[in-house]
Amino acid sequence: MYDLLIAPFADFGFMRRALVGGVALSVGAAPMGVFLMLRRMSLTGDAMAHAILPGAAVGFLVAGLSLPAMTIGGLIAGVLVALLSGVVARVTVLKEDAALAAFYLVSLALGVTIVSMRGSNVDLLHVLFGTVLALDDAALILIAGITSLTLGTLALIYRPLVLECLDPGFLRSVSRSGGPVYLAFLALVVLNLVGGFQALGTLLAVGIMMLPAAAARFWTDDITGMLLLATLGGVLATVAGLLGSYHLGAPSGPAIILAAGCLYLLSLVFGPVGGLMRHLRPRRHLEA
Amino acid sequence: MRGAIRFDNLTLGYDRHPAVHHLDGRIEAGSLTAIVGPNGGGKSTLLKGIVGALKPFSGRVDLGGLDAREVAYLPQAADIDRSFPMSVYDLVAMGLWRSRGMFGGIGKKDHTHISEAMAAVGLEGFERRAIGTLSGGQMQRALFARLLLQDAPVILLDEPFTAIDARTTADLLALVARWHQESRTVVAVLHDLETVKKHFPETLLLARGAVAWGATRDALSPEHLLEARRMVEAFDPHAHYCKAAS
Repeated sequence: MYDLLIAPFADFGFMRRALVGGVALSVGAAPMGVFLMLRRMSLTGDAMAHAILPGAAVGFLVAGLSLPAMTIGGLIAGVLVALLSGVVARVTVLKEDAALAAFYLVSLALGVTIVSMRGSNVDLLHVLFGTVLALDDAALILIAGITSLTLGTLALIYRPLVLECLDPGFLRSVSRSGGPVYLAFLALVVLNLVGGFQALGTLLAVGIMMLPAAAARFWTDDITGMLLLATLGGVLATVAGLLGSYHLGAPSGPAIILAAGCLYLLSLVFGPVGGLMRHLRPRRHLEA
Repeated sequence: MRGAIRFDNLTLGYDRHPAVHHLDGRIEAGSLTAIVGPNGGGKSTLLKGIVGALKPFSGRVDLGGLDAREVAYLPQAADIDRSFPMSVYDLVAMGLWRSRGMFGGIGKKDHTHISEAMAAVGLEGFERRAIGTLSGGQMQRALFARLLLQDAPVILLDEPFTAIDARTTADLLALVARWHQESRTVVAVLHDLETVKKHFPETLLLARGAVAWGATRDALSPEHLLEARRMVEAFDPHAHYCKAAS
């Protein structure tokens, strides 16, 4: 048991680093995923992850494989795409999803162009899929900082954010905070993706955000419970994924997301709130 | 006077076509007014104009120094996400926003108020229920409980009793009467003329312009109703510029 669960982390520093980074990432990203899911924006995270790419690529071009440069670049690109599509959706006839699709596709094409013109395919793979086993101090501090900022901001904007999801018309009628709160939320999503791409890569970072959230939906009808469960699920997936990758020699980033995927599948089948089992074997109905 | 609403040459609409055209007049503070008129006559548009959700083409709405956010507004189809995981209790508690805002804690007194509001609309025992499990009428009761907590000097209701059964309508009308007694200004868009005649002292008969406005019995005379019915509903794609706008 010790050999199976504890030893890999006790014996190897890179496993401990990966554990700390992955857990910190889950704690920040999973709540974002819950709100994205409740707003029916589950695919937005994916779109934003693509949008970050050119920024990270420009950072890579300027400074090589440097964490600050790629982070700042990714952040700028992500926030720019989020802001532009937010403005277009509010000012013009185009809806949010179409506006975002347009901007992120352009952004993605730009990113791939930049990377392929200057870097090699290996670099592109690194950006796309990350390296959770090679997190240095700076990367860990960045992830921890982003998670702290996320939780703090979320606590501040929690009430209007919930209202904005549930009944935006009502929020508009009592407060002007709707717009700023929504933009702050999008900025947090971008931040978490940027934090995640060091460890998991731009594409898989979305997985640690959305999969635990989608899994949590099958267990409770309460939003607080959903946030807690999603976070817990993210942490569990990180631990299980790292152990799995260690023992089976599988790549660690994808292993974490696959573990989260297993959690999702289990929830999908056995979850008491609208899961498949409930669907196939309905319980007897009550008298009143 | 706090709670009065004045319209100065107000024109509201969509894509340059007016839905409310050059409306002048005043809803007195503490009055109970029904807005009646044909579909497309500008009733909902007028309410949107009052809360500032729609910018006037010309003219203005004067709330007498009241902030638009102090006006409680129940839209025709509230854009509530019914699948959102939230209890009826929490939905009703949202009415406290004005007094508690973004960060204010919900104290013991507030919990009493929430329970009282839920009792007033006949939703005791529904506290823990998810909003997705409510029927249309129960949802409307919950939204009225939220309005109660908003404690607003002006309350706007857009077709609040459409697709609502007689008993629920009667219960909710009792709340409207209570607001009227408390000297709040209440404006409701309605289609059932019997309800209007029985419960609403004032009526604005609206067909883009005011066909009649005043005591309900006079406003809803057969001649006025016939005139309102003559309004052409469709926008004219070849309409000329309005001369009064220059």
